Amino acid sequence: MQRAVARIAHEITERNKGARDVVLIGVLTRGVHLAERLADRIDSIEGTRPPTGALDIGLYRDDIGMRDPVALAPTKVPNIDGKIVVLVDDVLYTGRSSRAALDALIDLGRPKAVQLAVLIDRGHRELPIRADYVGKNVPTGRNEEVRVKIAELDGEDGVELGRVDETAEEAAR
Amino acid sequence: MIRHLLSIKDLDPEGIERVLATAATFQADGPRIMRKYPTLRGKTVVNLFYEASTRTRTSFELAAKRLSADVVNFSVSGSAVEKGESLKDTAQTIEAMGVDAIVIRHSSSGAPNRLAGWVSASVINAGDGMHEHPTQALLDLYTIRQHFGSFSGLRVAIVGDIAHSRVARSNVWGLQMMGADVTLVGPPTLLPPRVEGWGVETTADIEAVLPKADVVYLLRMQLERGTGATVPTLREYSRLWGLDAARATLLKDEALIMHPGPMNRGVEITADAAELPRSVITDQVANGVAVRMALLYLMLGGRDAREEVPVE
Repeated sequence: MQRAVARIAHEITERNKGARDVVLIGVLTRGVHLAERLADRIDSIEGTRPPTGALDIGLYRDDIGMRDPVALAPTKVPNIDGKIVVLVDDVLYTGRSSRAALDALIDLGRPKAVQLAVLIDRGHRELPIRADYVGKNVPTGRNEEVRVKIAELDGEDGVELGRVDETAEEAAR
Repeated sequence: MIRHLLSIKDLDPEGIERVLATAATFQADGPRIMRKYPTLRGKTVVNLFYEASTRTRTSFELAAKRLSADVVNFSVSGSAVEKGESLKDTAQTIEAMGVDAIVIRHSSSGAPNRLAGWVSASVINAGDGMHEHPTQALLDLYTIRQHFGSFSGLRVAIVGDIAHSRVARSNVWGLQMMGADVTLVGPPTLLPPRVEGWGVETTADIEAVLPKADVVYLLRMQLERGTGATVPTLREYSRLWGLDAARATLLKDEALIMHPGPMNRGVEITADAAELPRSVITDQVANGVAVRMALLYLMLGGRDAREEVPVE
């Protein structure tokens, strides 16, 4: 994971010719920790640490009214007007969270550009969305589950691939 | 989440905590900066107010609009109610137009409960007679939590016209659920009948209570509900149970002064006491919008409750 974060940090600075005007905004919850790590990395490369933020997308989801309301967390985002915003998320799957994140972001200001960085791209897109920076492409089945673990939250770093236990999910419903 | 909010007792401590935590996220940019979200697009909220109200109705309207719901304000004056339409007929008329939530204020205790039996929309009690005002209690709990972080062991003194107060009932039950100690203060004539069963202390001596209280909550003297007849004169009430700046010096340094509004300045609280730095009366109003947004999100943002009603 460290290598993937380091590589993405290099790609962000290369593509944007440095880190001036770059703002890293993590999608809650795990994206926020990844954004902080990317900012630290960019700091060690460029000598300046880009501002970071946390974005909650609960109020922008496209499945409101179809499932129980999700728990919300506070959005904390610095000024993004005219900035290059890199949205940071742990897993890119259907693209629906990224769509919600774009809407949430645009309500907060008018960035010069928005780019998307994800640790894992697991395929199965349902919307025309692609990532600009990908830590690792992981081909998966729809009946599989990708869980990213972050030391700050889960005690260790890592990515787990599991099979969705359909009977357990049924029971949970 | 619950379908109707008729009483604070419809929520359990976990549910209250969920409302308060959600409300906090709406204030992430600051207590008075609340952005607009697309979340409840296509939902309709009706404010059905049979009694005068400025802050509650405006607060519900702002909350619904900030979540992009459509809001219809139905006030009794100028409506068919003046032609004698019953609550049930009014409810069915509104229901027929297809609404998702009805926020009702009524002078009769229990009117929201009756309404909930007639309509498939979610019903939110915005104050019914001398019964309950659960969203006021939620915003008061939120305001208290904002300052103290938690409720356990907090001492809250509720002062004044308890007997006529729906705010007091909802607050007593909400505070007890969250683990606070409640003391009711006022003349015996303003204590409700059978208060012994409430599990609270009662006293007539405000000056004995103030030094121990973390929160002093002044209730409005409800002159329109006949409070005036239960005390000899308002001046005497004010002298014995009102809060002025001098009496407020008895409070602990960190204690809060609260009032649900509208204030009868010079009766239950003087203007200088209401404007002390420890008074959070305007915070209560600001927090009301965030708390009602949280409630609307949690009640209307889930699966459409109406679809779960079997069609006969």
